Amino acid sequence: MKEVDLVVIGGGPAGMAAAVKAKEKGVQDVLILERENSLGGILNQCIHNGFGLHYFGEELTGLEYAARFIDKVHRMNIPYCLETMVLNIGSDKTVTAVNSTEGVFTIKAKSIILAMGCRERTRGALNIPGTRPSGIYTAGTAQKYVNIYGYMPGKSVVILGSGDIGLIMARRLTLEGAEVKMVCELLPYSSGLTRNIVQCLDDYNIPLKLNHTVVAVHGKERLEGVTVAEVDQNRKPIPETAEFVPCDTLLLSVGLIPENELSRDAGIELDPVTSGPVVDARMETSVEGIFACGNVAHVHDLVDNVSNESELAGESAAEYILGINVPDRSETIVVKAGNGIRYTVPQLIRKQSLSRDTVKIFFRVADVYRNVRLAARCGNNILVERKRIKVTPGEMETLELKSQDLREINAGEELVIELRTDGEGH
Amino acid sequence: MYDVVVVGAGVTGAFIARELSKYRLSILVIDKESDVAMGTSKANSAIVHAGYDAVPGTLKALLNIRGNKMMKRISEELDVSFKMTGSLVVCFSKDGIFELEELKIRGFKNGVEDLEIIGADRLREMEPNISPNAVVALYAPSAGIICPYELTLHAMENAVENGAELKLECELSGISYDREVFRLETTKGVIECRYLVNAAGLYSDTVAEMAGDHSFRINPRKGEYVLLDKIYGSFVNRVIFQLPTDKGKGVLVTPTVDGNLLVGPNAEDIDDKTDTSTTSRGLSEVINVARLSVPSLDTRGIITSFAGLRATGSTGDFIIGPSPVNNKLIHAAGIESPGLTAAPAIGEMVADVLKKNGLKLEDKPDYCPYIEKYTPSRKMSESQWNEAVKKDPAHGRIVCRCEKITEADIVASIRRTIGARNVDAVKRRTRAGMGRCQGGFCSPRVVEILSKELGIPFEEVTKSGGKSVFLLKKTK
Repeated sequence: MKEVDLVVIGGGPAGMAAAVKAKEKGVQDVLILERENSLGGILNQCIHNGFGLHYFGEELTGLEYAARFIDKVHRMNIPYCLETMVLNIGSDKTVTAVNSTEGVFTIKAKSIILAMGCRERTRGALNIPGTRPSGIYTAGTAQKYVNIYGYMPGKSVVILGSGDIGLIMARRLTLEGAEVKMVCELLPYSSGLTRNIVQCLDDYNIPLKLNHTVVAVHGKERLEGVTVAEVDQNRKPIPETAEFVPCDTLLLSVGLIPENELSRDAGIELDPVTSGPVVDARMETSVEGIFACGNVAHVHDLVDNVSNESELAGESAAEYILGINVPDRSETIVVKAGNGIRYTVPQLIRKQSLSRDTVKIFFRVADVYRNVRLAARCGNNILVERKRIKVTPGEMETLELKSQDLREINAGEELVIELRTDGEGH
Repeated sequence: MYDVVVVGAGVTGAFIARELSKYRLSILVIDKESDVAMGTSKANSAIVHAGYDAVPGTLKALLNIRGNKMMKRISEELDVSFKMTGSLVVCFSKDGIFELEELKIRGFKNGVEDLEIIGADRLREMEPNISPNAVVALYAPSAGIICPYELTLHAMENAVENGAELKLECELSGISYDREVFRLETTKGVIECRYLVNAAGLYSDTVAEMAGDHSFRINPRKGEYVLLDKIYGSFVNRVIFQLPTDKGKGVLVTPTVDGNLLVGPNAEDIDDKTDTSTTSRGLSEVINVARLSVPSLDTRGIITSFAGLRATGSTGDFIIGPSPVNNKLIHAAGIESPGLTAAPAIGEMVADVLKKNGLKLEDKPDYCPYIEKYTPSRKMSESQWNEAVKKDPAHGRIVCRCEKITEADIVASIRRTIGARNVDAVKRRTRAGMGRCQGGFCSPRVVEILSKELGIPFEEVTKSGGKSVFLLKKTK
């Protein structure tokens, strides 16, 4: 069996950043396994710009952003296998994969970084009733048809869900000559970035219908239309508001799900809210030596954050392999999503891993709130607090905590991330 | 001129064709759809019933039992996934035991001899996720699960490999009969035959009427289903029924042969034979009723939903036999549940009816009951898989990541005896697109492979025939 120090599963932005960082930190033997025919992951179909403002300090297209990391991988001579599908990860850190040159092969790794990304939620997961014609695509699949294959999936389009990919596709399809009739969003707010709503919908006069959903799909062979209805406060469609909208295409941009089937088989503990592995502040999963980063850990809205998080995972894997700063796993602080918070990453902090000056907690709020404070609290002691005029679930939040403060928390105690209001909320 | 034309390439038509292909006959199967198994055969509960529900003495009872006994051999001959999991009818009150006793007696009369009534403890041991309210159950060890479209496809392929012909997208519009010859008007021209078998499923009354036979009607009865992710595949170990009602066997919860969890169906009489749309009411009904059996059913695991139409006949039983207006027209109609189980037995019975009405059945010595077996890459041992990759690198290229379907599997599904011609046909043959991402990642690749294999542009590749194209034109 082939032995490798570090196997990185996935050659998208997360996998590349993690591999590069691990090699920089002294791991000689790194291997990236990528299922597609090139490195870059989903960035390869992102021909629009808006990437890199935070990480590179300049605005790049997805392809350009990916190219910078692909260059780093090449410059650092990090080997990678393309069109290679990982079939199984063992909790003993064996990785079994298949490709067309080597067939099925198993690698024994000292450490593994999970960077498999996510997939899109489908019509089936939403249980949208109606017929089953062609013309219904997830936004990312439509993006692939348009940007990679160069084909138009349709000419009159309704988009369900105001996730970023749906917003981007509303603009892309409009520029290609399609009529985008509306974007329906079940919630009273969009889950996409504000800049995308402005640049992709407002600039093209595409209506964003908040509190609206698709309640039925029509058409026997190709899609002929959808029924759209307003929803009440409980998100139940109001029958009187139902309206037939003729269209030949329905795009779904209704959420992303981390792809953790391999993690589950490896016995890695998953967080039911993020659908990603439970990780500590070093991005280590419940299985020692297996790390996770990027959209497999939790869905990000900016690739810049993915790169940063993945570098942390890469560095942590390097330390693990080289035997530096490896914490005793028994002493942990639980990070809890408190009032108004949907989830946090990390979900726990290992007390003995506080070798860096600060620890960043990423989290999402559960609803749109105005004039609130985001706080990290242990018991009655508030460690950090930040005022915010507006927070929305679509934009990931962070709080940076000082390690010296965290060291004072006893193992087993909870660090609560919460939203505090001055009485006016919402 | 054909000896026999079979109208309908569902599971019934497929097994009739297969049975007839044992003999020196010229056989043609026609179907209006773009693939076999496009009606009731592709959207049903996928159950091989033990045979205790049907009223003793009916064809349903007789052919269910016979079909159940044949299924193991058939599944081996036709290389079809089949698991004899057993089934349970669960009751939520102690009084239910009387109804279970009745079912047991009925089963005994039908010839199902291994039925057993079990108590709460044994039930929970067998099915840990069963409702705490379930107190008693009827256990039928001989029930099982099967893949219904694989069964149909492989039976039809076996018939074709033994000389039968199949014409798809061939819709029947008129029947005339003159000098012992049927003239069939179809969208593919006039077809002549000496015997006509009506296995047209939901449309078998329409076919009968074309021949002047108004003796029965078929009423579509819709059933909606939800399918759950494979991580829920062992949520139950057997087919879990509740007590049957007059509209059917009720909502069941079952593992599928491919490792998913299937929940459904409800039962709703409708008018439109093409209405396979799902409804929010139907889907919630299915989930709510299923939760009586398994309260912890997790709807977050749903990956798709679908509806099928039962071809419910006006007589209450299967309608198998010569038409009252013409004994060369043989009906195999009203084939609702347990039609899937009974299909092989219906095939035998129809051959027998044809014989009794003058068709000469002369054995064909080169008849082969076995289908050429195709092992998908993922089911190979590691060494087999490596060998396969060496011979054809396409075995090493995974196209459908959820179900681990390779490019070689997809190409093979297009090149097989009854090759896939569209994306859904590939999906039924290979499972590409059946998984949790529902084709999100693989459908562009499948479109690409179909385009290449069939020599058609991307814009002509369809989801399921007709106008169901994926792509309209090239971008600017």
